[in-house]
Amino acid sequence: MIGPGLSLEQAPPFSVPLRFFLSAPLFLFAAGLGAALSPDWTATPLASATLALTHLVTLGFLGMAMLGAMSQMLPVVAGAPLPNARLVAWVSHLGLLLGTPCLALGLYSGEAVLLMAGSSLIGLSLLVFLGAVGLALMRAQVSDTTQAMRLAAFTLGVTLFLGLGMASWLIGQWAPEAPLDWLTSHVLWGLGGWIGVLVMGSAWQVVPMLQLTPPYPPRLTRWLWRAMLVGLPLATLAPSPWRDAGQVMAALALITFAVTTLRLQSQRKRKVEDVTLDFWRVGMVCLIAAVLLAMARIRGVLPEAWTLLAGLLFLIGFATSVVTGMLYKIVPFMAWFHLQARVGFKRGQPSMRDYLPETRARGQYRAHLAALFCLLASPFQPLFTIPGGLLLAGSAAWLGWNLLQAQRLYHQAGAAGC
Amino acid sequence: MTSLSHFLSTDHSHCDDVFAAAENAVVAKDWARAQTEFQRFLDEMKHHFAMEEDVLFPAFETHTGMSGGPTSVMRGEHEQMNEVFAAMRDALAHQDGNGYLGLSETLLMLMRQHNLKEENILYPMADQALSGQADALLTRMGEIPH
Repeated sequence: MIGPGLSLEQAPPFSVPLRFFLSAPLFLFAAGLGAALSPDWTATPLASATLALTHLVTLGFLGMAMLGAMSQMLPVVAGAPLPNARLVAWVSHLGLLLGTPCLALGLYSGEAVLLMAGSSLIGLSLLVFLGAVGLALMRAQVSDTTQAMRLAAFTLGVTLFLGLGMASWLIGQWAPEAPLDWLTSHVLWGLGGWIGVLVMGSAWQVVPMLQLTPPYPPRLTRWLWRAMLVGLPLATLAPSPWRDAGQVMAALALITFAVTTLRLQSQRKRKVEDVTLDFWRVGMVCLIAAVLLAMARIRGVLPEAWTLLAGLLFLIGFATSVVTGMLYKIVPFMAWFHLQARVGFKRGQPSMRDYLPETRARGQYRAHLAALFCLLASPFQPLFTIPGGLLLAGSAAWLGWNLLQAQRLYHQAGAAGC
Repeated sequence: MTSLSHFLSTDHSHCDDVFAAAENAVVAKDWARAQTEFQRFLDEMKHHFAMEEDVLFPAFETHTGMSGGPTSVMRGEHEQMNEVFAAMRDALAHQDGNGYLGLSETLLMLMRQHNLKEENILYPMADQALSGQADALLTRMGEIPH
């Protein structure tokens, strides 16, 4: 019947996911500032500045937010809370908080000490988190979402392994035969696997939940995670028809997911204005564009600058948009929920909209769009690079401010006992 | 034969429809329609809670011997939702659209998280544990007046 660890208890303590959510915008801010201060990142995807900025976004912003979201979601969608949630959150948050700037600076400067410190801290952080997620997921109720989460956790492990391998190569510990293949696989597993699969698995639950859309068809969700499970390893093979088939399969899965999401959202029952919906729509359009460009680029159809464009579409247009939209739901709901758990329900307690007024979120959304447009133009027109970076930093600061205001109201209302 | 899981999950989605109808009327500032739809929503929710609290949960508790476990968490969450309903009713009485929408947003998250836990965890457990008496339970749930 009810297995050990299967629990219907609510969320982990507020502090567990909140520390991740509040730290995440710092790194997006740093990435924006870095992009403005070091505009040569547009020269080539492998420029040291580009690598450093990419890791500030992927590990610092997206990684932080996704670890926080996962610790919050596992108990609800899978009935599987993280074991030792406080300790796991403390170690993995601190490792990422300290490790990401070290790694980014190490990639930028080539300093072996920084690379070593950064990759060790990140390795420790992610291994502890993955260990806890692995234990939780072993006990989870099986569903397409938990299968996607298992796959996402596995792909994060592979991405980490490949990343650590390349870090030790940069430090001079060993020399891989084909470093570019390592790099391609690292990107593929990190973006398509960890980010792509985790967003998909979460979307199956949260898109119908937030906008009251029809559910994703079960046959589709079953096919989507299986296509990624088969497609990603195939796409990592040496050049062969199998590899091409794997790439096409993963690309098709991501595009089908995005198109379905847009279609379901257009059939939503709720008519209320919702900034999260807009973030997701932008995200899905950018995901489709990023995957199409990446496929064309792999086949050598497009010049190098388009690789940067595909990367920007994926990281800023798709992943950052979707994650920001989710933060605007998760943080105010958690604030409401935990306050209510602490002092009981009282009339006049702040509601989700008091924690995060739509107008505030809407303003930040516009800043994010402006940053996105400038950044997308940067690989082709350097004039846009500095404004793009500054706008990204401004939009990240705004996001952080919005989340901090929610946290402040939570403490004020708690202290006032209402 | 309909499973307990299927029957109750379908009812969740029916309640969602009425929830959206009430909220959309508030967005349109059509207060008369909002009042009617909100009352319909409350009736549906009350009916759903009764099917669970009066029929499903007691049967589950008797069969598994777990009265302090998952069903008591679910009862607690029903109680929480009842409190938000009352606050929404106040907001509607004062034609406070913004207040209502803040609460309905909050309720939606609370309600859907609750539903997810039931649909993913509790109902499948109930299907397993109560497979022998599913028909009888469904009949009893059907007899609860709206």
